[in-house]
Amino acid sequence: MIEVEDLTKNYGSHLGIEGLTFSAQKGETVGFLGPNGAGKTTTMRILTCYFPATSGKAMVAGYDCFEDSFEVRKRIGYLPENVPLYGDMIVDDYLAFVAGIKGVEGRAMKQTVMRIMGDCGLETVVGRPIRELSKGYRQRVGLAQALVNNPEILILDEPTNGLDPKQIKEIRKLIADLAIHRTIILSSHILPEVSLVCERVVIINKGKLVAVDKPENLTTNLGDGSRILLRISGEREQITKALGTVKGVAKVKPTDDRGDGDDGSGGWGFVVDLDMGADGEQSILPMVVSNNWKLHEMRAVETSLEDVFIQLVTEEDAP
Amino acid sequence: MNPRSIGLVFKKDLKSYFNSYIAYAVIAIFAAATGYLFFNLLASFSVLSFQAQANPMVAKQYNLLNVNETVVRPLFGNISIVMLLMLPLLTMKLLADEKKSGTMELLLTYPVKDAEVVMGKFFACLAVFAAMLLSTVSYPLLLIYLGEPEIVPIITGYCGLFMLGAAFISLGIFTSSLTENQIIAASLSVGILFCFWLMSYSTMFVSPTIAQIISYLSMNDHLASLAKGVVDTEDIIYFLVFTGLFLFLTLRSLESNRWR
Repeated sequence: MIEVEDLTKNYGSHLGIEGLTFSAQKGETVGFLGPNGAGKTTTMRILTCYFPATSGKAMVAGYDCFEDSFEVRKRIGYLPENVPLYGDMIVDDYLAFVAGIKGVEGRAMKQTVMRIMGDCGLETVVGRPIRELSKGYRQRVGLAQALVNNPEILILDEPTNGLDPKQIKEIRKLIADLAIHRTIILSSHILPEVSLVCERVVIINKGKLVAVDKPENLTTNLGDGSRILLRISGEREQITKALGTVKGVAKVKPTDDRGDGDDGSGGWGFVVDLDMGADGEQSILPMVVSNNWKLHEMRAVETSLEDVFIQLVTEEDAP
Repeated sequence: MNPRSIGLVFKKDLKSYFNSYIAYAVIAIFAAATGYLFFNLLASFSVLSFQAQANPMVAKQYNLLNVNETVVRPLFGNISIVMLLMLPLLTMKLLADEKKSGTMELLLTYPVKDAEVVMGKFFACLAVFAAMLLSTVSYPLLLIYLGEPEIVPIITGYCGLFMLGAAFISLGIFTSSLTENQIIAASLSVGILFCFWLMSYSTMFVSPTIAQIISYLSMNDHLASLAKGVVDTEDIIYFLVFTGLFLFLTLRSLESNRWR
């Protein structure tokens, strides 16, 4: 549905994005992840035909974003980052305007506007000027204008930016409902959001592609093995050393977590990286018991997308 | 160009003029300013008429007692000056505000052509201007009620004002497309309009050929002949070309935004 090949965009001498290649299948929800200024918005603006790329190719729904921009624009719904809306306009008038521009005609217009307002939970703001709406409602109006012609493809630039937690939850649910029969590209710098909503994640940093994969693959591929967290009371240095000698343990790192007491009575915290498939957990327990230490806690730590992200992005930083 | 899209943009911008009260403010102030100017012209005309009754020497200066010469023609001149000051206030927001608030980004990613956006906005502003002009129609009507002015110069004069307004608006849209800042847009268009207005002042100091060119470019010369009741295709072509040129430049300016 969306194919991007070797896409590059310069702003004068300043580089926006460089050599970006990725694709999105029909019905897929793709998350666009990157720190601020990574080039997410630039990429989206090229896909929505707001401006052309310097070089490379972007195809949306089988049409070239530059050559057939009109065909592309008919088939997409776009929600820009800061949700620009006409403050002077009444919500219904605004949506009717967008519906008209997107080709909804005559009698269908009123129905379309009513339906979309219902879908986006805007019934309570019928007849209100947009400038009086709260941030959450503005976001809904923004989504409504993107959806008004029932497009196959949705491009959402940080759709939950600046909302309160309840609103974020509502908008996420709305997006999840929409995702059922649409192709969605969604950008964010909030990681849990992407892993929650998206089937595939594209990570970019400084205009370059860092990784493309499913969220679960990204997290498992990163750590070679699993990671566990331990809390053991005893001599801290001795424990560290002893843990390091256990078979299957790759790395031991004492943490600042001290349990209940400063004297170590609640146990010292350790993060232990295990080698893949070596069953390190099995050998740790006998070691602790044989040393007469007390085990307070032992649990698996799942590598979050956050860790992946930070690792990938900081790797990129290294010279 | 799809007339339907132009119509939709037209409706949106026209509504925004009224929803934001800009149209009410501009029309009211325009009517008040031109009304005051009309009152003064009429008052001085009636003083002259009284003097002419008492003094036959004044009466001999026939031109002074012609309503068209002493009231209608200066009135059109005065209205055009008020237009020069007020129309940039109407046009300044048209594109600059859309750029500043970011709505331009959405508008340009809708399936609508740049030309349709520009034309829709142009007509919306022209409609508000037509309402402004309509508020002044009562002045010549009052003259017709009180005296016997020639009708043709009044009609051609209004046509001239309308075309002049269209030219002002096209220039205003162009300056609005150059910047995100409405004040800069308005200052630019007032400045450029003043140049076109006052150009004819310098005709005395240059060679005859250049003077002719300057006089052709000067706006008030073209309006003046229409206000006299003289319909010259040259004047009409001048206004049409001026309007078309700046609408075209606006399109180019929008396009260049995309490539930057």
